[in-house]
Amino acid sequence: MSIPMDWIYGLIGGLMIGSAAAIYLLVSGRIMGASGILGGLVDLSNPTLERAVFLLGLIAAPVAYGLVWGFPETNLTANAALLIVAGLFVGIGTRMANGCTSGHGVCGISRFSVRGIVATLTFLFFGGVAMFVLRHGLGLI
Amino acid sequence: MRLLVALIAGALFGAGLTISGMTNTAKVQGWLDLFGAWDPTLAFVLGGAILPMLIAWRIAAARRTAVLGTVLPTPPEPVIDRNLIVGSAFFGVGWALVGLCPGPAIAVLGYGGGNAMLFFIAMLIGMAAYRWVPMLLRGAPA
Repeated sequence: MSIPMDWIYGLIGGLMIGSAAAIYLLVSGRIMGASGILGGLVDLSNPTLERAVFLLGLIAAPVAYGLVWGFPETNLTANAALLIVAGLFVGIGTRMANGCTSGHGVCGISRFSVRGIVATLTFLFFGGVAMFVLRHGLGLI
Repeated sequence: MRLLVALIAGALFGAGLTISGMTNTAKVQGWLDLFGAWDPTLAFVLGGAILPMLIAWRIAAARRTAVLGTVLPTPPEPVIDRNLIVGSAFFGVGWALVGLCPGPAIAVLGYGGGNAMLFFIAMLIGMAAYRWVPMLLRGAPA
């Protein structure tokens, strides 16, 4: 039995994500949380050029990657109602909780933050329950 | 210099999300689907991402400021409040519905087409409007 390549790519990509967070922390003194960086721009609570440039890199790198090696599948649903409801939930939820997978998950767990660990367990739990109910119960997704 | 570092960190984050498969909503939904065709890839991504940060926090603990002079962030008060739980629950459900969390939602903007844009706009509206949600839920400010 061999280890699936997807897991290895996951590990390599994960190490890159963690390295990005480590650079942003140790060089710039910032927490690399996607929802916080974007949210601070959107609600104008902290609209810095630094945040805008970070987002520029985050958008441009996958495009550069795609142009060289081909764009990966997103398998994104085309159901507009689903996209809107999900987007609203993710936007509201991550700002209410003050963090998402990168802020609470990556940066929080790695510093043994109680808030980060509790938030991560909570969104994993509710994500799993929602998936079970909506896919296996209602057949919606 | 600060802007260059932000650009590099953002780009490395975006490349990592792309290579890890986390911009593929089917893989993320597969991770949450414990009772279906479960896909454990996300555990490798999260584990891989936590490793460099474990080292980074150890280095940070011995310093007061970052390389560029900013005071390093201090740990948050370990307060588990209603917003943390209710917000994370909302996020988890939205995450399951489409398979995108904020990082990947931004990373696919350049090539994900209209569907990615629609999710992103809805997420922005949610982010801008979140302050009013606790008031609507409980009739009291957050």
